[in-house]
Amino acid sequence: MKLTLWTYEGPPHVGAMRVATAMKGLHYVLHAPQGDTYADLLFTMIERRNHRPPVTYTTFQARDLGADTANLFKDAARDAFTRFQPQAMIVGASCTAELIQDDPGGLAEALNLPCPVIPLDLPSYSRKENFGADETFFQIVKVLAKPLPRSEAVTCNLIGPTALGFRHRDDVTELTRLLATMGIAVNVCAPLDATPADIARLGAAHFNVLMYPETAETAARHLEKTLGQPFTRVVPIGTHATRDFLAEVATITGLALPPETGLRQPWYAASVDSTYLTGKRVYIFGDGTHAIAAARIAAKEIGFEVVGLGAYNREQARSLRAAAKALGVEPLITDDYLEVEAEIARLQPELILGTQMERHIAKRLGIPCAVISAPVHVQDFPARYSPQMGYEGANVIFDTWVHPLVMGLEEHLLTMFREDFEFHDAAGPSHHGAKASARPEPLVAMAGASGGDIFPERMPERMPERMTAEPVTGEVIWLADAERELKKIPFFVRGKAKRNTEKFAADKGVTAISVDTLYEAKAHYAR
Amino acid sequence: MSLDTPFRSCTDTPVLKERGQREVFCGLTGIIWLHRKMQDAFFLVVGSRTCAHLLQAAAGVMIFAEPRFGTAILEEKDLAGLADANTELDREVARLLSRRPDIRQLFLVGSCPSEVIKIDLARAAERLDGIHAPNVRVLNFSGSGIETTFTEGEDACLAAMVPALPATDAAELLVVGALPDVVEDQMLALLAAMGAGPVRTLPARRSTDLPAVGANTRFILVQPFLGATHAALIKRGAVPIPAPFPFGAEGSTLWFHAVADALGLDRAKVDATLAAPRARAQKSVAAVAETLRGKRVFFFPDSQLEIPLARFLARECGMIPVEVGTPYLHRELMAPELALLPHGPTISEGQDVELQLDRARAARADLTVCGLGLANPLEAEGLTTKWAIELVFTPVHFYEQAADLAGLFARPLRRHALLTPEAAE
Repeated sequence: MKLTLWTYEGPPHVGAMRVATAMKGLHYVLHAPQGDTYADLLFTMIERRNHRPPVTYTTFQARDLGADTANLFKDAARDAFTRFQPQAMIVGASCTAELIQDDPGGLAEALNLPCPVIPLDLPSYSRKENFGADETFFQIVKVLAKPLPRSEAVTCNLIGPTALGFRHRDDVTELTRLLATMGIAVNVCAPLDATPADIARLGAAHFNVLMYPETAETAARHLEKTLGQPFTRVVPIGTHATRDFLAEVATITGLALPPETGLRQPWYAASVDSTYLTGKRVYIFGDGTHAIAAARIAAKEIGFEVVGLGAYNREQARSLRAAAKALGVEPLITDDYLEVEAEIARLQPELILGTQMERHIAKRLGIPCAVISAPVHVQDFPARYSPQMGYEGANVIFDTWVHPLVMGLEEHLLTMFREDFEFHDAAGPSHHGAKASARPEPLVAMAGASGGDIFPERMPERMPERMTAEPVTGEVIWLADAERELKKIPFFVRGKAKRNTEKFAADKGVTAISVDTLYEAKAHYAR
Repeated sequence: MSLDTPFRSCTDTPVLKERGQREVFCGLTGIIWLHRKMQDAFFLVVGSRTCAHLLQAAAGVMIFAEPRFGTAILEEKDLAGLADANTELDREVARLLSRRPDIRQLFLVGSCPSEVIKIDLARAAERLDGIHAPNVRVLNFSGSGIETTFTEGEDACLAAMVPALPATDAAELLVVGALPDVVEDQMLALLAAMGAGPVRTLPARRSTDLPAVGANTRFILVQPFLGATHAALIKRGAVPIPAPFPFGAEGSTLWFHAVADALGLDRAKVDATLAAPRARAQKSVAAVAETLRGKRVFFFPDSQLEIPLARFLARECGMIPVEVGTPYLHRELMAPELALLPHGPTISEGQDVELQLDRARAARADLTVCGLGLANPLEAEGLTTKWAIELVFTPVHFYEQAADLAGLFARPLRRHALLTPEAAE
């Protein structure tokens, strides 16, 4: 048993629902107890779908357990076929039904329905949502995709986008446009908006674009092995990755590289207003694919310092470890948000890129944050066009990540006027939604005694250093002068300065930090 | 309703009983409001990743506010050997209690997986109670989907508390059902002004205020879904006060009158106490009812609040119920409500969601009350919906909330009119 409050991923049958809901003409019969229908609202509310997920639940109750839940399943499957007339069905069990050991696959086969019925075996007690999606899509492809002659023109399949995917809708549009600039048409996009008949046509494409390894890598490998279709390894998130992706496609197809149109991110990052982004310390956590892509953008395209990199899905652990090693940071593979929170508190980044959970952690710690990966809430299924992939995706990412930071000029003004009674640093950035408050004290009272800082005892509530749990050794204390000096440092680097100074002091065996210690540490860590 | 037509109620209306696919929450969802109400309690679900995911989906952002609930997720090794389960549970509980020393009541909440593999949580609760007493009281109930539907989770929880309540011979009034604090305070103030007392509540806000119960206890429900708790209290000798539920001015008045009659309070004093809030409620409901009058309403089953709410909407807001679905119909508790509900609607118990959707589409009611899994799809089909969960989370009981309650139903209709040009013309 493991005590859990937050889960980054749902159970595997939710992954199967993401595939079923993405597709058309497919129906999922899920052997599950009453109550499991809660998952419908992820699709109707978070993704705001205008139809019910194509899922029939057997919704067995306690009184059914003594009797025949197997017949309940058969009736549900038969009724679902009659009512929805799907081109194909998938059948499986949720965690509870897995325990009662009816065999949905065998039961459905016995019904002899006039459509392909694909049984799913999703181990609920050892695997999770992404595995469920990947395995379901693989099983569907395995049963339905057949060898076909290649299309005359060069075509590809886009594989991996699902329901409830982070920006999958717009990534598909963006990649379709991008490939069109090379003269490549999309044969089938799947599972998103594909029918079982479309899956049967996969074989006509010359190659596959693996958009999201989390949800389609197994299927991509299967298609490579059985239909001889190569698939792309680079996920085109970020300017550099998009260029690499197009080069990879050019190699596969022999086609020429297209011109770059609509790409503004490199100039924005090069413009002088972005100079202040240099070396900003960023922490990155998400699904493996998005986290790795984000790390590359952060380090190479925006000029941040990546101080931590992690993922919650073990399936991507190997590639994430490699990416972390290349950046010289410790990888964190965990699905425990408390571990992520502890790591963030320890590292004191200036920006967090993560999921919905990291957004809340960031809020708690008073650190700016942007969302780069599922799981996400309703606001990250936006009405406007906002891909992550391709050149427009690079533009979107630049805006999204920079927005929560204190802007360059604002940062400069805050440093200049940090003693100002209205424009003081504790008021926070102007666009964070928090209400700026004037300093509550009369300005002159302590000025003489404090030798500069007029509020020696007043530590604003939202300061990052409040959140660092302990000094490094627990023994180091701050002398009053040094503490006052620390407060003169702008708040967005103060947490780091405090931590560095304490570490420096501890390493030197200094137990009381003076102003001198502070500046010696500053010199020591100068970059 | 014209004065010369004799009133015909739903008391004898045959109930359409259906079985099939049900689109409802399981009882675990009750934890989300119970943990807010019981301020020193922790709810530990013993279940699967699905249970944790459900709580996360249903609790939304509330889960970040240091919630006092969690899931002990069963792993493969727990399924292999049942002997482990108890050790595993003991360890997780000890860890939890050391991390949250402010917890005084711990509920081990059963789920579908734990019920199916028959982990004996009742015994585990007893054992843990022995280990952690007297600091922490450990109790057990089931919120599994196979046994409970949505609000029945609260019933299961309160019913589990009843046998452990201290005994008393005092003649006290016990009000049963979790209410938002502000509503509970209004109710207690009116009961005190009427001269009813002493009054206790179940659940109490803190474990130190737990009510005692005995043969001289009179109890009244504020929520319709408390059948098991009702039975458990009777078993302890307490005497129930039957009444309609306190929704709307009429429901609230009849509820207070039932208390007054049972306790033999002075009716003139009672009516004097209720006069002002009652008039306020009638006036404010009447204003909102303009939007609702003559509109047809269709209820999907969700919380067992459907029949009292249909009664309120029909009698105080002039709506016409077409179908009133309830997940479970407790005949005895619902009798005063059915006697007030005007004859006409189909009363359905249980669900076959596809068949019910067919009926809802055929009826095309002006307002369809349903869960969040159905609401947007039905909106996309052109039906105006009110999502039902809000009716459980929002303060809606008693006089001061009566207009808010009507407002919850009026808002989707007003919005529809605002956004639909032809409706405005």
